[in-house]
Amino acid sequence: MVVGDISKAVRRVDAVSKCEGTIQYISDYSFEDCLWGRLVRSSIPRGNIKEIHLPPMPEGYRFITYKDIPEGGRNHLHMIATDWKCFAETEVRYVGETIGIMVGPDKDTVERLREAVVVDYEELTPAVTIDEGLECKGGAFLNKDNIHCRLKLEVGDVDKAFAKADRIVTETLETGFQEHIYLETNGCCCIPEGDRYVIYSSAQCPFYISKSVSPILGITPDKVIVRQTTTGGAFGGKEHFPDVLAGPVILAAYVMKKGVKMFFDREEDIENSVKRHPSKVVFKTALDKDGNILAMDSKVCYNVGGYLASSFVVLQRGCFHVTGCYSFPNIRTEGLGVATNTFPSCAFRGFGAPQTLFAVETHMCHIAEMLGKDPLEYKRKYFIKQGDTTSTNGKIIERVMIPEMLEQVMKASDYERKSREYKWGSGRGIGISFYNHGGAFTGNGEQAIIKAKCRLHKFADGTVEILCGQTEMGQGFHTILPKIAAHVLEIPMEKVIFKDPDTSRVPDSGPTAASRSTMIVGELVERAARLMKPRYDKEEDFTVETNYEHPEGYPWDQSTFQGYAYLGYGWGVCAVEVEVDPCTAEITTKGIWSSHDCGHLIDERIVHGQVNGGVIQGLGWGSTEVMQNFEGHFRQTSLSDYIIPTSMDFPKQGVFFVENPYEWGPFGAKGMGELVFNGSAAAYIDAVSKAIGKRISSIPLPTEDVMTYMLHGTDIRAALEEVR
Amino acid sequence: MDCTIGFTLNGKKVCVTTDPIRRLIDVLRDDFGLKGVKEGCSEGECGACSILFNGKMVTSCIIPVGAADGQDIMTIEGVSATERGQVIVQAFADGGAVQCGYCIPGMVIAAYYLLSNNPNPTEEEIRLGISGNICRCTGYDLIVESIKLAAERGGKLWKK
Repeated sequence: MVVGDISKAVRRVDAVSKCEGTIQYISDYSFEDCLWGRLVRSSIPRGNIKEIHLPPMPEGYRFITYKDIPEGGRNHLHMIATDWKCFAETEVRYVGETIGIMVGPDKDTVERLREAVVVDYEELTPAVTIDEGLECKGGAFLNKDNIHCRLKLEVGDVDKAFAKADRIVTETLETGFQEHIYLETNGCCCIPEGDRYVIYSSAQCPFYISKSVSPILGITPDKVIVRQTTTGGAFGGKEHFPDVLAGPVILAAYVMKKGVKMFFDREEDIENSVKRHPSKVVFKTALDKDGNILAMDSKVCYNVGGYLASSFVVLQRGCFHVTGCYSFPNIRTEGLGVATNTFPSCAFRGFGAPQTLFAVETHMCHIAEMLGKDPLEYKRKYFIKQGDTTSTNGKIIERVMIPEMLEQVMKASDYERKSREYKWGSGRGIGISFYNHGGAFTGNGEQAIIKAKCRLHKFADGTVEILCGQTEMGQGFHTILPKIAAHVLEIPMEKVIFKDPDTSRVPDSGPTAASRSTMIVGELVERAARLMKPRYDKEEDFTVETNYEHPEGYPWDQSTFQGYAYLGYGWGVCAVEVEVDPCTAEITTKGIWSSHDCGHLIDERIVHGQVNGGVIQGLGWGSTEVMQNFEGHFRQTSLSDYIIPTSMDFPKQGVFFVENPYEWGPFGAKGMGELVFNGSAAAYIDAVSKAIGKRISSIPLPTEDVMTYMLHGTDIRAALEEVR
Repeated sequence: MDCTIGFTLNGKKVCVTTDPIRRLIDVLRDDFGLKGVKEGCSEGECGACSILFNGKMVTSCIIPVGAADGQDIMTIEGVSATERGQVIVQAFADGGAVQCGYCIPGMVIAAYYLLSNNPNPTEEEIRLGISGNICRCTGYDLIVESIKLAAERGGKLWKK
């Protein structure tokens, strides 16, 4: 029987089968009688396909392109926007763009044939970086200005504040690509069954796939059944990206009238998958004579790549988070999604928020250091509170416990003493960052777009099945959701079944994304269980259903981006301590401490694991994870040259929480999966910057760059450039 | 040219007639159905395909099957069936070591190899012991704690 506090850790339901290697990931299925598929892709970043030369094709092998799309079908993938094509037709916009799929019965022969395809191109000059995109290098390839999307926000009167300012300082902060490196690479299989197609996929959002690829065959989404297979990590990289595999695979299954399977190896997966958006944020901040902030103006540019897909929503979230955990009287934000000839960027844990949070945290430090003030004391004055206005003219609804969290982190890290003793440039430094993450879809999106529903079914033997579209990808949802249901029903967790979703038998409860699963779907399950409870002992076989209901009184206008962007935020404080070797510039991280407000914890150990993993992934993004794109080609294509943290790179973390139950979440829980990524990079850069006494404005920061900063960097106290 | 290659696999004598330069991981997964051996990087960097080769931990994605001739090989399937293996599996489950699980069979092998050679490792030694195994989910802390737990729970079991 589940008793007591729901936060008390339980064993994950999938732990033993994962340890023993018996759980099946997609590449562990045999999918007998299926053909093999491999994609033929663009080898150039920008140009036009003139001709495709095929090798002699043995019987049973076929090269499939957009020309094979049946009448009534459309050559696009539906990922919020519908601009990303399933197959290139004439124009290619990035290296790796799908041109066709080679299919046939023997894996090696398919590979040999794929390699023998020759594509003649008319090559054009690519724009790869944000600046090149904005300059329309080689001529604009999108609209007249290479701008995929833009938005503007204003709170207060920025121009008036600027006119009154003593000085206006400007600074540019940049972040790089980040590759997800889910340990399990992508894979997909599609099997025709009558007039329907069954897709097996390692994916976060099975319903997204049905919706995205059914138009290719001109059929309705219910004819495309998606069954999620055990997913070995995702982090956003399997949110929309599985559509890029599923599109060609479903068309191939249609053409060949046979099942088709396709798996990526690591090199193929790194070279040809979505990444975190590189960013460039330009701040103009108005200060009075005492250095107080009167207004902050920011221009937020994200490198979107060749197609828009989901990037406008990423950019929106980035812009909404650009003031971080601070309240400023006047705020102006302009967001630009820049078209470039790189692989389209897409979802990655944080979904646009980490970039602007890194920028604002670092900018705040730099203003303080320029003024000769302690960055923490400077930031403290602006901490946002309940009732304060957000960057979208909404209010913060909940209590903000940053002061309490800060106290926990300062105490655990001995922050005050270290901050006093470690002089700037002394080789030792301790940094701190503040961050948040708006839970679930923006504004009224949960109500207007997602319309989540969830069902619970009770069987005669007393077992209860949870029916929803949420996926387990490592975050623990197969444990969390049954735990919520069992807790309400007061039955053992073993009596609650929750399987990998099959879109033909579960209702669409929305994507497993946006830190919404526990917060939104967990709440639906809690409510469903409460409806079921009085009937549980009396009735044998019945179903209850719940639908999402948005609380009244928190308006949002999606056309102007004004109002309550989020009903609840997760909040975080992270401190990082480093030591720098004066000869080699090697950095040793001596300590990491964080405190998070995730409402009430559904399972403290699962949340602890999320914190550990998110913080380290953020530190990787801030330090070693260099992913360069040279003339349209990613330079790092393996785990030998794209360096993610190992067990040796960072020490054991101090992990703390505050209790702050969320009114509309299950048992008071809020979203937290992305929050825990959002702040560690800024704390790390703050620490390194203080240790070496130099200003650092971009990440990642691999060791080799630390030496450059030490030798040639700008002093940490230097004045920021002034504009008028 | 195909050869007949014989070795001990999870305690049983087996033989396979195949091209000796095929990767050991492929033979283990495809010919013997040992799907617990995971492929993460195909270049010996991530450790997901770790196995024990004459008792030593190796990555099976960069070993040709010909090298296995006459040798002793243990995969996760064999290791988790042993008493020592179960101590690790249960400690991992209780300690929160598992998230997406894809790296975990390799981590269990690494823990088994470490504890078999060092029954009372320090935190530093544990971190070194799993440094060839990449995990993207956990940040490693709870894996390290779980290995400590397995060391404690196993006690004498880890002494030779």
